[in-house]
Formats: sequence, C-alpha cells, structure tokens
Amino acid sequence: MPVYLPDTTEEVLSLLAAHPNAMLLAGGTDVMVGINHQHGLRQETSIIALRNVSELSRYTIDDTASTISLGASVTWTALEEAPFVERVRCLAEAARTVGSRQIRNAGTIGGNIATASPAGDGVCALVALDAQLMLSSATGSRQIALTDFVTGPKRTSRADNEVITSVEVPIVKGWQSYAKIGVRNAMVISIAGVAVVLNTEHRSVSIALGSVGPVIIRATEAETALAQQIDWERCSISADDLDDGARLAATAASPITDHRSTAAYRKHAVQVLTKRLVQRGLRDLAERGPS
Amino acid sequence: MNDDRDFMLTVNGTTVEIRGAAPGASLLSVLREHLGLTGAKGACEEGECGSCSVLVDDSLVCSCLVLAASAVHAHVTTIEGLTQSRDVQAAFVECGAVQCGFCTPGLIVAATDFLAQTSDPDPDDIREALAGNLCRCTGYGRIIEAVVSVARERRGAAT
Repeated sequence: MPVYLPDTTEEVLSLLAAHPNAMLLAGGTDVMVGINHQHGLRQETSIIALRNVSELSRYTIDDTASTISLGASVTWTALEEAPFVERVRCLAEAARTVGSRQIRNAGTIGGNIATASPAGDGVCALVALDAQLMLSSATGSRQIALTDFVTGPKRTSRADNEVITSVEVPIVKGWQSYAKIGVRNAMVISIAGVAVVLNTEHRSVSIALGSVGPVIIRATEAETALAQQIDWERCSISADDLDDGARLAATAASPITDHRSTAAYRKHAVQVLTKRLVQRGLRDLAERGPS
Repeated sequence: MNDDRDFMLTVNGTTVEIRGAAPGASLLSVLREHLGLTGAKGACEEGECGSCSVLVDDSLVCSCLVLAASAVHAHVTTIEGLTQSRDVQAAFVECGAVQCGFCTPGLIVAATDFLAQTSDPDPDDIREALAGNLCRCTGYGRIIEAVVSVARERRGAAT
C-alpha cells in the first residue's frame, strides 16, 4: 500500500488523476478511526496524505470584499482564535466545541466537509454562513455551494479525482453564534446543533440545524418568519413571535431516534437552542447599539 | 511515494528505520510495537481517551489517529523524550494524581503542552485543556491540583 506525501496541490491533483481510487487523508481524526477499527488497511489501498501540502493550510481575509478564503487543511485550533473569532464567530465557536485539543490540532475544515457527517459542527456553522467550496482536479476547478456539495449522510458530490482546496466564507455584519447539545462539553458528537446568523445589513436571519436530519438543514421558514418579525431598529422581537420562529425551526428538523438521543428530544433541543440564540443575539445587538 | 511498510521516523530527536509495519498502522502501534516506546498507551484507538497523546511537530495529537507512514517528515516527541515534563511528573506524584497510571503518560504530555502555552491557568482552563484525556480513577481533582501547582512553581521560579 503506497502512501503518497505530496508537497503541493498540483502534485495532489496529478496523484489523484493517476490513482482515482486513492483515499485522501487530512487530519485523520475520522479516517484513522475507521482504519483502526478494521485493524488496518487492505494492501491495495493507496493513501494521499495532505499533511505536507502547506498551501492548503493557508487562509486569506479580504475585509473589503467581506470574505475569508480558508484552505481546506486549516485546523480547528486555528479557527478557534483570532482573526476568525471577530469575523466568523459561529465557525470559531463551532471549532471550539470539536473534540478535544488533540482532535482540534489535527482535524481540518476540509476533512469535516468531505466527511459530510450530519453532525459536523463546522459544516453546520458554514451552512448558516452560506459558504462556497472550491474543488480542483487535474482537468479544472469548480465552485459549489456547500449545501449542494453535501448530498446525503457521509455523501458528497466530490469526484474521485477532486480535492477540496478552499472554503469561501462571507463575513456577515451583525451577530452569529453556534450552540450544541451533547452529554458533555468535550468529545461529543452533537445530539443537536444550531447555528444562527442575524444579518443586520440585509435584515435577514440564517438558521442551520445539525444532527437532526440526513444533512445539515436550513430552517428557511423560521428564517423568513423571524426576519419579518424582528424589529431591526430596536433589535427586539415579541415573545410570541420568537416562540413561533423557534417552533418553525423545530418543524424543519427531521431527526431520528438513535443511541445518542430520541427524535422528540432533538426537535425540542432545536426549538430551545434557536430561541436562546436569537434572544441572545438580539440582546447583544441592542447592547452594542446602532453600528 | 513512501511505502507504508518500510519508512523512516524521527522520534525524540533520533531518526529510526521502521521495517514491516502493518498496512495502515497508526503511529501509536509503531511506537509501541516497533520502537518499544510503551509510554503512549492504546485504549480506545478512536481519539476519545487521550492516553496515546504525543507531540507531532510540537502539536499535541492522539498518536492512534496519525497514520505512521504519513509522519515521515515530522518530529515526534513521546513521553519518553519530553524532558520539560519533569516537574509535571513530580507534581502528579506529590498531588496523588496517579492511581492505576494508565492515563498518566497521556495526561503528562497534554498538561506539559498546555503549561508551555499558559502560565497562569484557572481550573476551568485546565479542565478544558485536558478534556481529551480520560482518567477513570482519580475523579480529576488531583490532576487539576497538580497542574495548578506546576504553574504556581514555574511562576515563582520565573520571578
């Protein structure tokens, strides 16, 4: 079993062209769990390890265009801190909830997206932020909305010869946060996760729900209702309208009952988290005053 | 290209040749089975327990989640080579933070890494920093105490 250790994205692309069945290895926090549980790999499997491709660990921030371009190998540890906290706070908060320091030092945003777990904390934040992905292959590049890229639980539209190179994340004016429910703060796969973005410039609301469907879900009806009912001048909403919005978010969820939780509890959690986050966001915005 | 069975690793400052590793072998299994470095422990093999914690290029990771053959250009530091952990080890002993000892090497590596980044941690910071290391004996109180005492001693020594 050959292990390839390319140094550049270009080398990754030619390796993928030559070995379309190769497994891409980023931080290893999911892939290695699978390999360990199977007691190793089949001899014929090739691995392309991305750890030495330093260009994939870079990011660029364009405050004028209000976008951040995150290389696919940017780790959770990097995302927890400046300059991300001030610009894409819900992603930074999601990053801090991932695993443990050991996991956050290794795990990458590109790996989280490619794994496409419906419980992916980073994916939930990025879906609320309307992130776009850049993918490359030896024959070209394409851009795709993250929500279009993830087609099902652990399924994506990535072609065998493609690698995720970057994630393009809008910097939104307003307020944003991510919250999740789990049995403890560290090392949990979320039972339910909610990312809320209150966009004060466009007076819009984004709500993404994790772990309550086959993919991360946008609660579009709740988004529209809340955006209409929020008094954007005063950054407030009536208690009834807030409750209605949170209920609509729970309606958008289509959870299952499994060993981690029940469908009913997950729906309830979505409602509580949505309400809590919107309330917290409006309070923070009101305290901050007109910007 | 790098064969996944035969490759070079740099561990605790020494470059060594690994021959005949199993396909897909983790860094943890190579450290233990090929190099006899049994400080890092294997328990969950899914990144949950932290007992296999090592530093790879000065970054704290679970060695069970590192493909050994992908770490050929990296510098691996295990508990056996972590010389700056002496006072942390002593504090664990003094505070009674060791019972069965299985989690101890991983905790010492994680605590040493954390203390290199933070000089005055409060107990909540320590709990968050060590959340990836499970201990089923101590109830964590004495571990936190040990880390607090190392930070205090080091601050005292620095002034």
